[in-house]
Amino acid sequence: MLSEVIKSIVRFILLVLVQVLLFNKIRFAGFINPFVYPLFILLLPVRIPKTLLLLLSFITGLSIDVFSDTLGMHAAATVFLGFLRPTILKILAPRDGYEAEASPRLHDMGILWFLYYLLISIFAHHLFLFYTEVFRFNEFWYTFLRVILSTLTSVLLIIVILYLFDKQKEKR
Amino acid sequence: MRNLFLFLSRHYFSILFLLMEALCFYLIAQNNSYHNAGMLNSANQVVATMYDGVSKVTDYLNLAENNRRLAEENAQLRAMIPESHFDTTLVKSTVQDSLHNQQYSYIEARVINNSTNRRNNYLTLNRGADAGITPEMGVITGHGIIGIVKDVSAHYCTVISFLNTQSKVSVRFKKNNYNGSMIWDSDNGPTEATVIDIPRHVPFKIGDTLVTTAYSAYYPEGIMVGTVKEYFLDPGSNSYQIILKLSAGFNDVSYVYVINNLLKNERKKLEDNLKDAK
Repeated sequence: MLSEVIKSIVRFILLVLVQVLLFNKIRFAGFINPFVYPLFILLLPVRIPKTLLLLLSFITGLSIDVFSDTLGMHAAATVFLGFLRPTILKILAPRDGYEAEASPRLHDMGILWFLYYLLISIFAHHLFLFYTEVFRFNEFWYTFLRVILSTLTSVLLIIVILYLFDKQKEKR
Repeated sequence: MRNLFLFLSRHYFSILFLLMEALCFYLIAQNNSYHNAGMLNSANQVVATMYDGVSKVTDYLNLAENNRRLAEENAQLRAMIPESHFDTTLVKSTVQDSLHNQQYSYIEARVINNSTNRRNNYLTLNRGADAGITPEMGVITGHGIIGIVKDVSAHYCTVISFLNTQSKVSVRFKKNNYNGSMIWDSDNGPTEATVIDIPRHVPFKIGDTLVTTAYSAYYPEGIMVGTVKEYFLDPGSNSYQIILKLSAGFNDVSYVYVINNLLKNERKKLEDNLKDAK
């Protein structure tokens, strides 16, 4: 249990750093910004208390905001993701439910399940984030295109990150 | 009362969610106002120190390009000093020049964080209140304008980049005095801007240079902003829209000058009187 907490803290620090020092500087094809930090929220244990989940979402989003001078924007989107996560997990639940101590993991749940999980969650997060950033609907379809393409890029990058760093833990 | 508690306990998660979203949007609204003295921005000590360390490393990547730009700027400045001009007068004036009081002073600063890929972009500089920087000072490079100082901490400051959907800078053609407004949208990308309100009768061609006007309280007059890349008549109006190639390289800017307009307060006070009179 304790080691899980420490692992989560390390994961939090690494994901925030990678996001603000690397991925914030990236702009594929002119307008695609990948955001990988929501992965932290997605990897929290399934049975985490809901209040704690919202609180952690807020802190994660706020950390990104402080680094990128977008106070409130990432916090709002990540809290939205935290709010949706229990519902998403319920929809995607396997027939016999989740194990008591389980966290959603790529190698436990299988690539297909995890891909669905990522696509739904990241799409919800990006949708909220990009429309909050634009804050008007008169570029609706352009923003929507940015959401779709950024979602696909983020999901791809997250899968790569997981294969690079999460797989090794399995071997141990 | 009991029903109320029942309702609260059943929906506490949704209520908590809505409260937190309300807090977030309050923060967003706060951040959009010009000044905020809060610590939740990249001028705060922890974040800025980290960006400072990282930029010390990444600066090496642009070293060659920066040296070239500095040399270029030195050459331009050298051409401006009196010794570079051929003296056509026979008697050198010895009168102390009282016509030219200094209006602008410049503070050199290093960019330690920079974004160009969002709708509202910001920079962080390694100079703050200690170096005499205050909010609303203009920021330029040797090649063009960069933005306006937003928040200042003891050793760092944040700058609203010109690459910001709320930016509007008054510009004019270098060769004549016709002026317009330069604005930016994320469609422009980090290398371009749009100039609007150029009347139809103004003669210009592709490649013409645009500079800042004296209307702005932030920038001195005549700072280059960019060159005309393409233009077209704004449908439904009688003015041109110009797509401008920005002369400042926003993507790899690393050294900038913060402009201290020594007469800004005087001018602002005078112009504020007009607002009160309305």
